[in-house]
Amino acid sequence: MSTNATQTLDTRGMNCPLPILRTKKTLSAMGAGEILAVTSTDPGSLKDMQAFCKQTGNELIASSANQGEFEFLIRKS
Amino acid sequence: MGAPEKMLAEHLDPALLDQWFDQRFEAKMAEREAAHVPSLSIIATKGTLDWAYPPFILASTAGALGWDVSVFFTFYGLELLKKDLHLEISPLGNPSMPMKMPFGPQWLKDINWHIPNVVMAGVPGFEKAATGLMQQTMRSKGVASIDELRSACLEADAKLYACQMTVDLFGYSQDDFIPEIAGWIGAASFLPQAQKSDVCLFI
Repeated sequence: MSTNATQTLDTRGMNCPLPILRTKKTLSAMGAGEILAVTSTDPGSLKDMQAFCKQTGNELIASSANQGEFEFLIRKS
Repeated sequence: MGAPEKMLAEHLDPALLDQWFDQRFEAKMAEREAAHVPSLSIIATKGTLDWAYPPFILASTAGALGWDVSVFFTFYGLELLKKDLHLEISPLGNPSMPMKMPFGPQWLKDINWHIPNVVMAGVPGFEKAATGLMQQTMRSKGVASIDELRSACLEADAKLYACQMTVDLFGYSQDDFIPEIAGWIGAASFLPQAQKSDVCLFI
């Protein structure tokens, strides 16, 4: 299965819980199997995004941290 | 031993039956757990800018997680449902609140201004100034506004209930409040909902 993002979401500068709320909103407009790439600067989002995906059944394909920026790839279930 | 058990015992190995039951039970419980939608009930009782955050952050996040959310706003909490939000924060009698400048060079921002209660209480407009500074800090740190979080709750279909008794007590009119209110109810209506929820918080 391809891991190219169908859509991107920039939540840099936003703080908890906005990255999660925006991710949820963006995902709900997407189709099953599509992939969303999220960027954030909120250090809390690293744990929160995992918990969000686990709870909502969406798949967290990858998450990475690079110099205070975080990137997540989420496949919509 | 009743008749059905007797019949079963005669025809089945009890150990096998136990094993079968345990497996079925596990599978059934896992099925139920997977189908269960978690729920959150919050009782929001405070109407200052700082206390407005916990209920709305938790409610909007639970909504994003797909939970069923209901919030009962009572006493000063009703302020959070007004059409026009004028929430303020008071540093008076709140020794935990850091008093920092949201602007200027970093060394200035890092200073925690210890202002005696007597000064806070005596200076007119002190709370207005503190509120302005807090709002600016929140904006610069990318923290959502209360309006924004409240809208997120409504988008996630969170049920926001207003306490009818408080409306009468404080002489409010229903027109002062947002039209999305799910109901004007009392404790007797909210408690049965809270009883069934997985998480229930008093804030």
